[in-house]
Amino acid sequence: MLSIKGLRVAFRTRHGEVNAVNGIDFDVAKGERLGIVGESGSGKSVTSYALMRILDAGGRIKAGDAIYSGIDLRNASERDMRDIRGREISMIFQNPRAALNPIRKVGHQIEDVLRRHSRATRHNAKTKAIEALEAVKIRDAATRYEAYPFELSGGMCQRIVIALALACDPKLIIADEPTTGLDITTQKAVMDLVDDLVRARGMSSILITHDLGLASQYCDRIVVMKDGLIVEAGDPVELFTNPQHAYTRKLVHATPRRIGTIRSLLPEGERSDLEPHIISEKPLIDVINLSKTYQGKSGPVHAVKKISFTIHEGESVGLVGESGCGKSTTSSMLVRLLDSTSGSIFYRGEDIATLPAADFAKHPLRPKIQMVFQDATDSLNPRFTARQAIADPLYRLMGMRGDDVIERTKELAEMTGFPAHLLDRFPHQLSGGQKARVGIARALASEPDFLILDEPTAALDVSIQALVLNLLADLRSRLGISYLFVSHDLNVVRLLCDHVIVMQNGSIVESGPVATVMENPKHPYTCELLSAAPQAPERDIA
Amino acid sequence: MNKILSSVAKTSAPEAPSPTIAIPTKSKAKSGALGHLIYVLRENPVTALAFIMFGVMVIAAVFGPYIVPYDPLATDSDSVLQPPSFSHWFGTDNLGRDVFSRVVVATRLDLVISVAAVALSFMIGSFLGAIAGYRGGWTDITLNRVLDTIMAFPLFVLAMGVVAALGNSIANIIYATAIINIPFYARLVRAEVNIRRNAGFTLAAKLSGNSDARILAFHIFPNALPPMMVQVSLNLGWAILNAAGLSFIGLGVRPPTPEWGIMVAEGANFIVSGEWWLALFPGLSLMVAVLTFNLMGDGLRDIVDPRRRT
Repeated sequence: MLSIKGLRVAFRTRHGEVNAVNGIDFDVAKGERLGIVGESGSGKSVTSYALMRILDAGGRIKAGDAIYSGIDLRNASERDMRDIRGREISMIFQNPRAALNPIRKVGHQIEDVLRRHSRATRHNAKTKAIEALEAVKIRDAATRYEAYPFELSGGMCQRIVIALALACDPKLIIADEPTTGLDITTQKAVMDLVDDLVRARGMSSILITHDLGLASQYCDRIVVMKDGLIVEAGDPVELFTNPQHAYTRKLVHATPRRIGTIRSLLPEGERSDLEPHIISEKPLIDVINLSKTYQGKSGPVHAVKKISFTIHEGESVGLVGESGCGKSTTSSMLVRLLDSTSGSIFYRGEDIATLPAADFAKHPLRPKIQMVFQDATDSLNPRFTARQAIADPLYRLMGMRGDDVIERTKELAEMTGFPAHLLDRFPHQLSGGQKARVGIARALASEPDFLILDEPTAALDVSIQALVLNLLADLRSRLGISYLFVSHDLNVVRLLCDHVIVMQNGSIVESGPVATVMENPKHPYTCELLSAAPQAPERDIA
Repeated sequence: MNKILSSVAKTSAPEAPSPTIAIPTKSKAKSGALGHLIYVLRENPVTALAFIMFGVMVIAAVFGPYIVPYDPLATDSDSVLQPPSFSHWFGTDNLGRDVFSRVVVATRLDLVISVAAVALSFMIGSFLGAIAGYRGGWTDITLNRVLDTIMAFPLFVLAMGVVAALGNSIANIIYATAIINIPFYARLVRAEVNIRRNAGFTLAAKLSGNSDARILAFHIFPNALPPMMVQVSLNLGWAILNAAGLSFIGLGVRPPTPEWGIMVAEGANFIVSGEWWLALFPGLSLMVAVLTFNLMGDGLRDIVDPRRRT
């Protein structure tokens, strides 16, 4: 149905023309579900934009053909393309909130599409829009029709975007990372929904994702892209069990799953032995009945409800839950950026919950408790070079000056595997993995013995995630630090942590040693989390 | 739908190829501040032109009195109201003074008034706006209402008030212009600081032991500079116009001091009788100056924004 031959896409930039897609060929048959898997910069999104002819101003299709049921997409007029988009080929975008017009009711936005493609008249548009909402299993569709995007959750917004994309019964649907930023259980619900609809309507689909596990679960065929080229294509199970290309092998290894150790994320041959970390009996952090209540407009909101747990010296504890479960609030209180409403946090026997967060910057314990933030880009000042970012705590907390700072910055960069010659670059000149390393180096600068890791790999590609997780594991054995690893992904938590705490609605629903919780979950919510994670076809990992 | 969606695509599309560009191995010399300046100027000819015109204005302001052919204050009853000629490029006025010399010499005064006024409002506005944006709450609300009041106040009325209270001097005109412009800076800085006060890097700075004042001054405020620069350059243009307008109605600069606003005011009387050059040339320089500042804005922003460097 769709046939792409030798497609090349280039962008004009400051450094001349950059080829984003370097000649790729693939076909999508009727009813086929194709997965395009690749890491950021591989050209997978650009390919889909080129198909829809919605490339950014500097980009153009340099060569190749894209034929969709006899229509040449490359040379079709803009007027024809407008008819094709939505009616023939439709797209589900990455960030559902950004894809919806914030000031129009979602029902009206669906009506717009229906009427644009003459699928509805003024009189029956509302009925048809509500039908479209019902098709994506939105409960109480007539009420939701009146809602604005900001009134809906992320998962609900994505359903609306899917409803928009499917409203005119397209023959081909392109889903560009449709579940980024969604919780793991929502991700499963959204993917299942798309899959059901695609099968029921006999559509073809292209799923663009960085997650090989997700693609293998929902696609009939997968092409793997790297640097604008297709390196491997084939059946998902075949790809997983017998990857031919070195890059595919690397991706397969780096995808976290239920078995294997943290070292097995790395390509074979790069796996050194992991030194064990020593867990002492002495508690480092003792949280007792910690609560946080916000004053909301409609009464108090209990973000964290009387939670208690202990982290021993050298131990790594995973804190798992979905967005809104209170895990970020908990970590903010532990790192003393947020005051608690009640309860205690004992650090080596000293209650730090009583110290106001605003004054903690000058407290002697400040260097000892540090944090690595979720979004490395957001957590680095765009006007500070990597060197300045790492040196900041050295000046402020360690009282270092002059050559000591230069020496120690270099040492920290080396420790976190950040290339020393990039130290004078600004964050926007660094890759995601490099920025993550700067964030870790900065957190380690003050020699902390308790480090909170707030989803430090959430924004990273899987192969970079594999490197960063292994770096964290090495640093732990080398420096004897305790971690609180906040994540939504139990498969990742399992690799790094000794103990796991599962939170839901501000309370701890389950906690225990990682192996016990993973193998034998007690609480239904833990079971739900475990089953929602994409299950990659398993095979023996040596 | 596609309109909405394609606009999303446009914002996200350039992300994709960036990793390929993010590894420039060549052109190390270009990474410096000077190299960046040269790059910005070369990339954008309009900016380069604006900077050249600004350079000419600065030269006129500094060396004007030494390079002009005639004394701008010297009257000559033999050559009164002469049209432009080779000896008097812009003609002469009703007292026989050379208009060209007066226009060139006036550059210094006009530039000083506008730069001083803008610098004052930049500093005061940044300070107030930064504190309001960072602290929020009552500080923010109070400041905003005060700013609303100032914004509602007409410049000329305020200037007359200041002049009536403190005397008719150039300094007072600068203060009046500065006060009127404070809200623009305060508002802008407030918004820029506000969106960054809970950003990851602000929290990270807190964890690194920075005090609130330090975070505000060294971590957050510099990030507000790029949009501020656009405001500064636009404001320089307005300030020149304001100064000219105030002297037009007789506040601040007084004759016989050469100043573009006064010259337009005086020349206006002669337009009816056909001596157009008296008002045209100072008016034209006013226009060119304002245009220069407006064109400089984008260039200044690109220069202070490290993200424009690659």
